Parts: sequence; structure tokens; C-alpha cells
Amino acid sequence: MALNLDAKIPSGPIELKWDKARFEMKLVNPANKRKYSVIVVGTGLAGGAAAASLGELGYRVKAFCFQDSPRRAHSIAAQGGINAAKNYQNDGDSVFRLFYDTVKGGDFRAREANVYRLAQVSVDIIDQCVAQGVPFAREYGGVLANRSFGGAQVSRTFYARGQTGQQLLLGAYQALERQIDAGAVEMFYRHEMLDVVVVDGRARGIVTRDMVTGAIDVHIADAVVLGTGGYGNVFFLSTNAKGSNATAIWRAYKKGAAFGNPCYTQIHPTCIPVSGDYQSKLTLMSESLRNDGRIWVPKAAGETRKAGLIPEAERDYYLERMYPAFGNLCPRDIASRAAKRVCDEGQGVGPGGKGVYLDFAESIGRLGRDKIAERYGNLFEIYERITGEDPYTVPMRIYPAVHYTMGGLWVDYNLQSTIPGLFVLGEANFSDHGANRLGASALMQGLADGYFIIPYTLGNYLAQVQPGGVDETHHECLAAKTEAERQMKTLLGIRGNKTVDDIHKELGKVMWEYCGMGRNAQGLEKALGLIPRIREEFWNNVNVPGSGEELNQSLERAGRLADFLELGELMCRDALVREESCGGHFREEHQTAEGEAKRDDEKFCHAAVWEYQGAGQAPARHVEPLNFEYVHLAQRSYK
Amino acid sequence: MNMRIVLHIWRQRNRAAQGRMVRYELPNVSEHMSFLEMLDVLNEELTRKGEDPVAFEHDCREGICGCCGFMVNGVPHGPQRGTTVCQLHMRHFRDGDELWLEPFRAAAFPVVKDLMVDRSSLDRIIAAGGYVSVNTGSAVEGNALPVIKQCSDMAMDAASCIGCGACVASCPNASASLFTSAKISHLALLPQGQAERDRRAIRMVARMLEEGFGYCTNTGECEAVCPKGITLDNIARMNRDFLKAAITYREETAASAAG
Repeated sequence: MALNLDAKIPSGPIELKWDKARFEMKLVNPANKRKYSVIVVGTGLAGGAAAASLGELGYRVKAFCFQDSPRRAHSIAAQGGINAAKNYQNDGDSVFRLFYDTVKGGDFRAREANVYRLAQVSVDIIDQCVAQGVPFAREYGGVLANRSFGGAQVSRTFYARGQTGQQLLLGAYQALERQIDAGAVEMFYRHEMLDVVVVDGRARGIVTRDMVTGAIDVHIADAVVLGTGGYGNVFFLSTNAKGSNATAIWRAYKKGAAFGNPCYTQIHPTCIPVSGDYQSKLTLMSESLRNDGRIWVPKAAGETRKAGLIPEAERDYYLERMYPAFGNLCPRDIASRAAKRVCDEGQGVGPGGKGVYLDFAESIGRLGRDKIAERYGNLFEIYERITGEDPYTVPMRIYPAVHYTMGGLWVDYNLQSTIPGLFVLGEANFSDHGANRLGASALMQGLADGYFIIPYTLGNYLAQVQPGGVDETHHECLAAKTEAERQMKTLLGIRGNKTVDDIHKELGKVMWEYCGMGRNAQGLEKALGLIPRIREEFWNNVNVPGSGEELNQSLERAGRLADFLELGELMCRDALVREESCGGHFREEHQTAEGEAKRDDEKFCHAAVWEYQGAGQAPARHVEPLNFEYVHLAQRSYK
Repeated sequence: MNMRIVLHIWRQRNRAAQGRMVRYELPNVSEHMSFLEMLDVLNEELTRKGEDPVAFEHDCREGICGCCGFMVNGVPHGPQRGTTVCQLHMRHFRDGDELWLEPFRAAAFPVVKDLMVDRSSLDRIIAAGGYVSVNTGSAVEGNALPVIKQCSDMAMDAASCIGCGACVASCPNASASLFTSAKISHLALLPQGQAERDRRAIRMVARMLEEGFGYCTNTGECEAVCPKGITLDNIARMNRDFLKAAITYREETAASAAG
């Protein structure tokens, strides 16, 4: 069957497309809404906002999260802020400029119409969050404060200290709890989604495992919404929470939801470097630090003096030197690659030379320690707790780390995947960020999808289908449940010699080495040879202790790793075919004389969309062409 | 520098099972490890030996999600002030230290397994009123509502609560007053929270007691162990709001609202 990749972009001028789409959408009348049931998986910004908003509208909602509370979703860890085109600073911002910056920042690999809509609803998000009581930073006059962020020359980022994600998520969580109390949303916590149930070509439910009792159940609904986040943990070490996983989207992929741009990974430039083999995760230091911190390395390779003893003239402020217009505020992909380059040349600092300095001495001198503490106090504390060093007196050491995945399940303008009735929001979809996401745009997209897009587009879908008609005894439900149970049994029956983490670390090393900041054909081919071997070892030699009928964290991790072991291969495959450099995808064969990413718009101005063809079969690659009518294709320059 | 650490860990198969302390010895703990990374190392070893690894809650490991938390030598999150156990590093311990790890204990926090407890009672307190009732789409323009910066900052201080439950675990009464008052304060300090201020205080406090948490008797243990520095003033604010509401607030009935 041919894959339908019609993006359903409304016709007409870009600024009117969303209005037009909303007007043309079919509506479900208020009395009929309660006849429809919706499953929402994931309770982060996208899923939490969606579940709350759909409950408010009157649909019967079942929401699921694998954590012990919906408030734990990893959106909570976002630090820096959320963009919105409010132009409160009178500095030239507009919906069009946010749209333009996001398309350009994404290196021209996102869909214009989606990005424009994102910029349009960004202003509503701020209003909604303020009304919920999100304590955004304010000026003395009582108005909202803004700061600048990478990839933009205007101040459009709203923030709540270094805990913006926490405060926005708590806003969505509180709205969700209100709906739970009102009986509109039924909440299932400590439940992991293991499969999506497709009946007659429509998503009609999910299979879940109760992580406390081990019970595997089917839940039925008229539509399924996934807001399950990204897949950065394929690298083992990333800034994602330990539990963040790709299982929901990967199992949906295997049921027919096509996967868009799997190779687009964001490596964040400012993370705390690795300290040892036992390292379990990496910690991000907000990009907002680049507003007042200056990044540098010693000019001489192999420098051994302490940072404070290296005179000004012997320091290389390489971002300011290479990108004078944006300096330390250049976009993430560019800053990360520049850090890798100077470290590869031997100028790196700290253990193994894998680090660069982020230095606040000058801004502390100019603004005073108190001002810096007010802006970044909590980040400085995190840094000191982890490294034992005081960033007020010694420059921070930072290094890039995997942070975000721009790829994800392909969705049309209505956020519907290639399985009708399966909608995908936030980081889980292939997103509006193209090949590189700008800072403070993930929170914007998650909330845009959850609060302001899915309530309309899901209604449009439901208005065209009859509610009900399937129950848990349907053969598709039973088959999906049986398959989930079979996999659990298989994993528990292997009793091999390696732990889940042993194998996950092996996969992570291969992914970081060959599908990380710099990629080339030879390395990717090598990875494509290695990953199936690691996968084979996993299925023959992993040791998952305990049973399936109890809380079993090893079993949870094993199930997630099984999916990462397949997804990693697809990422390498996608990276190999995309013979160009764009955003976070840097193919070493394709760079300019100055070492910048070189796109190939003739061959690759499209989204790559992968379709599952069955176990052991190579997936099929399709394309969705991207047309740029409003932001003209150009080489990205931040010089 | 590497250290030898002895751990005594509470092992309990499930809510109904009997629990007991089990001794483990770790000969080679790096000072740069986080506390949870030390437990990872232990768990890898237990798995290799065919034993059941220790279940403990964790997710972000950045001190913000609120998942982690257990008692280390009788103190929630361990000895370092203002720090969740995932952010606690082994450099704060000494070679040869002997540590006792137990789950947070409270009637309202039943043990799930080993060091994990069920804290859904905290969610139900929020569900009772820890929000502003504003449906998506009905908000006014953000800057139409100026907020005094100091109020906003104080609201943010209270809103920093991560819902880990350390306050409950440290309290001799297993009271959730610090947690509940942090949300009541966050919203009471902002103009957006005024319309429901009385109702919120009444309902959240009532739910807290229904869930089996105790009363506050001003021992102050909660403030001392809170990883986010939530202060006791919040409890005073909650008590004022509750007292005032108890005297003046009446749940509206359909008849009085219509009348």
C-alpha cells in the first residue's frame, strides 16, 4: 500500500492558513463530545496540556505516564525559557520574525506552514500560562521580563529563573489534576505503553503494562494521542531523564506510523563533561548562560596552567572570533561543532581534553556577583554540586552532549501520523524544528501542540468517525496483548551474562562515535554492521533478573533497549542516505571551506520518511518535498 | 580517590511483604560518583550475581523531577543541605562510612518496593484545588495583569517545590503541610490565584488530612531537609488562609449561585 504523505497544508497566504484550517474543520457538538474517548500517552508539556485541554472540552480522556506522577515528565528539566513573538521589548520581533528565525535555525528542513502556525500561537501560550499562575520573571514595573537566546537577535524568551520547564509543566499538570478531580480525565500512572492497537486501519487503543503488578492490559478509545518525548537515550549518555524512551513511538512505527528524519539529533553545546565510566547521564547547563558567559580555550594545545593563570592574550574566544555577529549566542549545532573542533585540535581543557571554558569573570566584574547570582544562581549550584568547583571563581568546564531529537513520527499539518486516529505531539513527532532546534523552542512547540492545535485537529477527526464499536476482546487487541506478553517472557527467559546497561553502553558508544556530532559514510556503514551484532547479543545474552509479575526495573529497561537497538540502526541508515550537512546532521564529506554545514537543496530539500517493512526487512524511504515560499533558501550565516 | 562504603538497605518485595535491612559492601566507590551512580554500580553487581537489584525511584538525576528520595542515615536525601539524593556526590562521604538507606516512611506513602513509595496522595492534594481554574483559550493578554515583582519572586520560591515528599518523611507527624502550603502560597501570592483562594485553602487542607497526613506542630524538620529551600513561612500563610476561609467561606450551592 502506498504511503499517504499528504501534509494537508491549507491553501492561501501563510498568515491565513491556520484560520482557514480551523474554519474548515468539522466540529463535535458539546453534547456529543462525551461520547468520544481519547487516550493520551505521556504527560509532559505536550501530553499534559493535551489531556487537560481535551478534558476541559468534554471528551472522556484516559491519560498514561510511566512515572509515579504526571508531574515527573522530563519537560520538567527544561531550564532556559520559552519563546514567543510578543515583541514586548519593542526590538523588532514579530510572528514573521520568529517564523523566519525558526525556519532558518532549522536549516531549511521544516515545513513552513507548521512553523508559521507555531509562531502565531506562541503568543497565546504565554497568556495561558500567565493566567494559570506560572511565575514568569518580571520587571520592577510588574510586566513580564525577557531574555535573549541562541540563534536570535531579539529578546523573546520568557523564563522562570532556570526552571522554566518545571513551572510550565506544573501549570499543565495542575490543569490536568483539575480535570482528574472533575472526573473528565482518568489518570494511569506507572503504566508503560507497549503497543498501539490498529483496527480497520485506525488507531483504536493501546497495550500497557502496569509497572507495579506487571499486568498487561488493553485500553480502547476513539483516538490515540502520543506525547511521549524524544529518543536521545539511544546514545545511553544524554541529558534526557533515565526513563525517557522511544518505545511508544517505535512500536507505533512498527504498526505503520512512518518515521520522519530519524537522524536529526541535537547535540547541546553546554553540558557538564563526563567524569568516569560509571557516568549514568549528562547534565545540561542552560544555554541562557551564554548570554553572560564567554566561551574560550587556551590558544596553545596541551596547555597545563589553571584557567586563571592564562593571560588574556593567550586565550581563544573562538565563537566570538568565528561568528562575530552572534558570538557566544550562535545556534546550538554551530556552537557544539566548534567546541568539538577546538578539542580535536588539542586545545580542550579538563580530563581527556574534552571540555571548553564558560567563563563568567568578565560579567561578574561588570554586573556584580549578585546580579549573576540572581540570573543563574540555581545553575551555578547544580554545577558546583556535580563538579565540586565554584563557577563564581573558576570558569565552568562544558562539553556538548545529546539533548534533543528533531526526528520522530511523521505527522501532517493536523499532527496526525500515517495511521489515521494516531496523533503525535511535541518532541515525539518529527517536529517543526527541521534539522536543528533553536533554544527555548521545545517548550513552545510542546505547549502549542497540546493546548492550541490538537484540541482543534482531533475534534475534526472525531467528528468524522462514529464513537465506540470496538472492545478489548477484538482480535487485534488480543493479538497485540499476546505479542507484548510474549516479548516480556522472551526477555525474562534469556538469563545471559550481560546486564541491560552493559549492552546499552555498547550501543551508545557506537552511536556517539559514528552517528554523533560528525558523521561520514565509512563510519555509518561500520555502525550499520555493528548494531545488528549488538542486537543479536542482546537477544541471546542479556540478563534480566526477576519476574514479569512484579515491579521489575531491569525488565522495563530491557524493553526500552530492545527498541533503541532497532531505532539506532534506522538513525544510521537515514544519516547515511542524507548526503548533505544540515543543522545537527553534519556529514564530514559535505562542508564548506570554513568547515560549515553544506546543504544540498537540489537533492535533499525534503523530509525523509521511513516506512517499516517487517522484521528483518530494510525499511522503505519516502520523501515529503519541502517548499520554501516565504523564507528563501540560503546558506545559514551567523557571522 | 576511591573509598570503601558499607550500605544497609531496606529490602521489601512489595507493599504486602515483610521488609528487612540487608548489608552490602562496596569496595571501590569513586568520590566523583553521584549517590545514585553508586547504587547503579551495586545493582549491576547484584544482577551479575543473579540477585534482585535494589529498586529505587529516579528519573532526571538533575534534582528537578522529584522522583528520587530515600532516607540516608535517617535524613531524607542524605546529609547535604538543599540537595536531592541524585545530586549528592560521594565526595561528601569518607572511606569506611556505613550508611543506612530506608524508604520515606508515612502512612500516606505505602512502600511499593525496596526504597520506592507511592506518593500519589500528593497528586490528590493538588487535584483538590492546587490550580487556577482557567480553561485553555480563556486567558487575557499576559501583560494586562501586572504582578509586583517581589510577589512574583516569592511565588516562584514557593512554586519551586518538586513534590519529592522529603518534608513528609522528616516530619514526626508525617504532615504534608510544607508541600501543601507551598502550592497554596504560590497561588495566594499572585493576583491570578485570588478568586479561588478561600476554596483552595479549605479543600487542599481537608484533602491532606483525608489522605492520612498528620498535623503540623512546628518542629521545622521539613524546612531543614527540603532540597528546594521551601520555608516555614508558607505553612504560616496556609494556616492564615485556612483560618480566614474557615470563618468566611461557604461552598456555593446551586441555589445561592443562581440567586
